[in-house]
Amino acid sequence: MSEQLTQIPFMPAADISALVKSREVSAREVANTMLDRIAAVDGAVSAYNEVTPELALAAADAVDAALAEGGDAAVALGELAGVPVAFKDNMNMVGTHTTCSSKMLANFQSPYDCTAVRRMLDAGTIPLGKLNMDEFAFGSSTETSAVGRTFNPWDLERVPGGSSGGSAAAVSAGLATITLGSDTGGSIRQPAAFTGTVGLKPSYGRVSRYGCVAFASSLDQIGPFSHTVRDNALAFSAIAGKDPLDATSLNLPEDDFVAACDAGATGDIKGMRVALATDLLEQEGLDPRLKAEVLQAAATLEAAGAEIVETTLPSTKYGLPAYYVLGPAEASSNLARFDGIRYGHRADDAEDVLDLYMRSRKEGFGPEVIRRIMIGTHVLSSGHYDAYYTKAQKVRTVIKNDYEAVFARADVLLTPTTPDLPFKFGQYDDNPTAMYLADYYTIPVNMAGIAGMSVPTSLIEGLPASVQIVANHGREVDLFRAGAALEAASAFPYASVPVASSGLV
Amino acid sequence: MALTTEEVRKIGLISRLELSDAEVEGLKGELNTILDYVGQMQELDLDGVEPTTHSTALADSLRGDVAVPSLSQEAVLMNAPEARNGAFIVPRIKAPGQSEEGSA
Repeated sequence: MSEQLTQIPFMPAADISALVKSREVSAREVANTMLDRIAAVDGAVSAYNEVTPELALAAADAVDAALAEGGDAAVALGELAGVPVAFKDNMNMVGTHTTCSSKMLANFQSPYDCTAVRRMLDAGTIPLGKLNMDEFAFGSSTETSAVGRTFNPWDLERVPGGSSGGSAAAVSAGLATITLGSDTGGSIRQPAAFTGTVGLKPSYGRVSRYGCVAFASSLDQIGPFSHTVRDNALAFSAIAGKDPLDATSLNLPEDDFVAACDAGATGDIKGMRVALATDLLEQEGLDPRLKAEVLQAAATLEAAGAEIVETTLPSTKYGLPAYYVLGPAEASSNLARFDGIRYGHRADDAEDVLDLYMRSRKEGFGPEVIRRIMIGTHVLSSGHYDAYYTKAQKVRTVIKNDYEAVFARADVLLTPTTPDLPFKFGQYDDNPTAMYLADYYTIPVNMAGIAGMSVPTSLIEGLPASVQIVANHGREVDLFRAGAALEAASAFPYASVPVASSGLV
Repeated sequence: MALTTEEVRKIGLISRLELSDAEVEGLKGELNTILDYVGQMQELDLDGVEPTTHSTALADSLRGDVAVPSLSQEAVLMNAPEARNGAFIVPRIKAPGQSEEGSA
């Protein structure tokens, strides 16, 4: 194999597309390199639920054919052309299953393409497959998957985070250049932090949710994982924008996100106002080493010309309680569609229709899904609705107001992404609700509908450490600028992941 | 205000989940732990605060009254547990000998 091909798994997207477009390597060679690597490495990581060699090679051949022919089709190929990608297994892609890592959808075949997936494919990317996740995205470790564990590439005894654990682990292990995940309460940013990848939760409405199996429709957003901030901006630019098939998608300013990265990477952040929430940094349970990462990141940005603003976000501690009302409430409604009639698991030999519903759902759903449906059903039931659901919606207003106060004085907010470094398998088996705290710093961002990005900053005892950058609704451009500045200063060694050298031939 | 066994059983029925007695007991403990936790919201004075149903100020999003292609019948039925002659096949609604309508 050529020297260039061995570099593909950890090569920035723009470099891959440049090699492909200059025809130094073919897109087919890129696809085969990645498929070989998945065959060699994914046995240890288990990021993939399904690998799609036929789709990958067909997409690669289409890119190569366009280049061979020249003309408009070749000219139209951008910096994602020939770039290996993969998708969380809650996004439909024709020719694949969409299982949500649940027995309920084990045999479900995608009848159409998710819009975000379609937009990635239209950019000439190479689809390698579908990625493991917590069942229906309920979890923070990917341990609730009915398919099995995904392992953290930095330490195989630890979880990759969740719910988009497969999407995070695949990028981290060099098994895809860019992946898409979904984030309802932290399901992109927390696994990104655990795996040393860049993960973006866009503003609500930025990215169409069409074709992504719904969890909590007022909170869900699709976003990219990548090794670099710039690759993240490339993917985000491709998937963002109004979609007639999702009425909640918005026409927001299409800033030049890649240019923002290039500006940030050269240290152009003069005048950017960066907030630190002092109360969040004093929060009990925060690993002091992760607090230090946030302070270091602030110092880095300040040295590059940013102005540091001290703020507080007192409502943050109520984000989790409100989320564990609103999330399950919306989920219990969304998951009512799984009734064994039109798709999904159907129990055998039902006596009547109620028996069919009761047994199909019980057999198809795992324990965490059942817990959340039960909670959601309870908080929405008459007599409890105001005490829980309406109250949680009011908390949501308070959280929104807190962020509005911050963003009146600052462009971005720096916080920890997670209170802890990646934990070991089974750590929360006896106390599933204790794991909910993993999303302490990410949940309020979803509640307010604003944008957040996790950026890796260093290794602590061989495990990735990250910070979260938060920006106001529609201001991803600030995330990319600040994120690229942090990345340039910290030079996180993503290609030194322990599985990096395995499977290279 | 902790949930009782009977209440958990009822939530299971409304949720259309068949639960064993042991599962009901296990869920009772777990659900009460979660409800205790979310009870922290009671600390906040929320009088006069308007609830937020959606984070963004959404306006009605209307499309033109124009017919556009939708999924084919084949695509719609491809994941059916059972389908025949362009229709979803479902088990009988009533158990044999049952005289009233199914309770669903």
